Amino acid sequence: MSARFAGWLLPAVVGLAALGAWEAAIRILEIPPYIVPAPSRIALALVRDWAILGPALWFTVKIAALSLLAAVVGGGALALLFAASPRVERSLLPYAIILQVTPVVAVAPLIIIWVDNTTAALLICAWIVAFFPILSNTTLGLNSADRNLGELFRLYGASRWQTLRHLRLPAALPYFLGGLRISGGLALIGAVVAEFVAGAGGRESGLAYRILESGYRLDIPRMFAALTLISAAGIAIYALLAGLSHLLLRRWHESALSREE
Amino acid sequence: MRLVAGLAAPSEGRIQWDGGDRPRPGDIGFVFQEPTLMPWARVLANVTLPLKLGGTGRAEVERRARDALALVGLDGVERAFPRELSGGMRMRVSIARALVMRPRLLLMDEPFAALDEITRLKLNDDLLALWAERGLAVLFVTHSVYESVYLSNRVAIMAARPGRIVADLAVTAPYPRDAAFRHGAAYGTACAEVSAALGRAMAA
Repeated sequence: MSARFAGWLLPAVVGLAALGAWEAAIRILEIPPYIVPAPSRIALALVRDWAILGPALWFTVKIAALSLLAAVVGGGALALLFAASPRVERSLLPYAIILQVTPVVAVAPLIIIWVDNTTAALLICAWIVAFFPILSNTTLGLNSADRNLGELFRLYGASRWQTLRHLRLPAALPYFLGGLRISGGLALIGAVVAEFVAGAGGRESGLAYRILESGYRLDIPRMFAALTLISAAGIAIYALLAGLSHLLLRRWHESALSREE
Repeated sequence: MRLVAGLAAPSEGRIQWDGGDRPRPGDIGFVFQEPTLMPWARVLANVTLPLKLGGTGRAEVERRARDALALVGLDGVERAFPRELSGGMRMRVSIARALVMRPRLLLMDEPFAALDEITRLKLNDDLLALWAERGLAVLFVTHSVYESVYLSNRVAIMAARPGRIVADLAVTAPYPRDAAFRHGAAYGTACAEVSAALGRAMAA
């Protein structure tokens, strides 16, 4: 059995076994679905309520993706600024850290009060949690270029722009991609948490609101279905970003090389 | 070496460079102890880097890079990434990069220290051939007495704290030098002289 095959098969077997045990326990102990629904009930709810859950999934994913994009632009631009001037970094970094360590749950109500448009408020909340890993990782990466290579660039009279373009940006790429993977997950968490706090289902509402709503209605299978979708979205985002990272680094970076080499 | 390259400023005294106050980019080629290649760039892109930074035209860049690679005995690896090469080949790429601007002075900072004996001897011979062919000046830092005598017509011995030259010896054996020279009596005598001077420098 190849290692690659085992990497897929073993977790799949564990997952199926757990689902089977869950299903069996519910049936044997006759636990009612409003306490814990069986996996089959959840799957049923997923299909039956797709008209409600599908748009909610799309909305949540949209918020997460847009805030991640904003985090890439904002975090990346700020990292470039930091790398260009240590003075700017010293002046602004403390505030970036304050923004990062203040729990988004605590800030979200304020943002929701200040920003009229709920979608924009959710975007801002998700952006706050997503941008810091990109900022700190990219800054670290930009400052991690090989010193000797830096001297070589100086020796050949490279301009600042050339050094950035040909040395510092490529050196920062693996760090940036590492930050991106963390931020992808955080953007989703930020989108969900902010919507929980907002608590209001407007014309458009996401999975978090559907979970709240299902809770009020004691529609626990739908609650689990929405939860499943959030997990699936998180896994998909992670897989997408990990794939992107592998694609960009596979030819040269240590992290992307297989162990045998 | 960093002083000569203009990467650091001397605490006192000055460095004279014929034909101007300071070398122009491209007058000096630098080979570090490590190959110091850009891991994300293919061999060709690594070698063409100095030309690109200097704004040389595209066709010219590629031709000169191929010439430089041929000069260090590397053909057919232009498309490879540095990690796909052996340590000796990486060092050759590094030397090709240093030569691609046709420098007048080549600075080499213990370039072969991390390589195995056989590769080092081979690269030593190649360096001598290159030196004879190109007629460039080479300043070569090494911790090996044997390497210094084999390669050089002049050996300067340095002591630390403060960094200074404590002895300056000539190695008069004629070029071309080869394995016969390495096994001859003249080589042994010269090595003994340099070792003795080094011993005095350490004791001082």
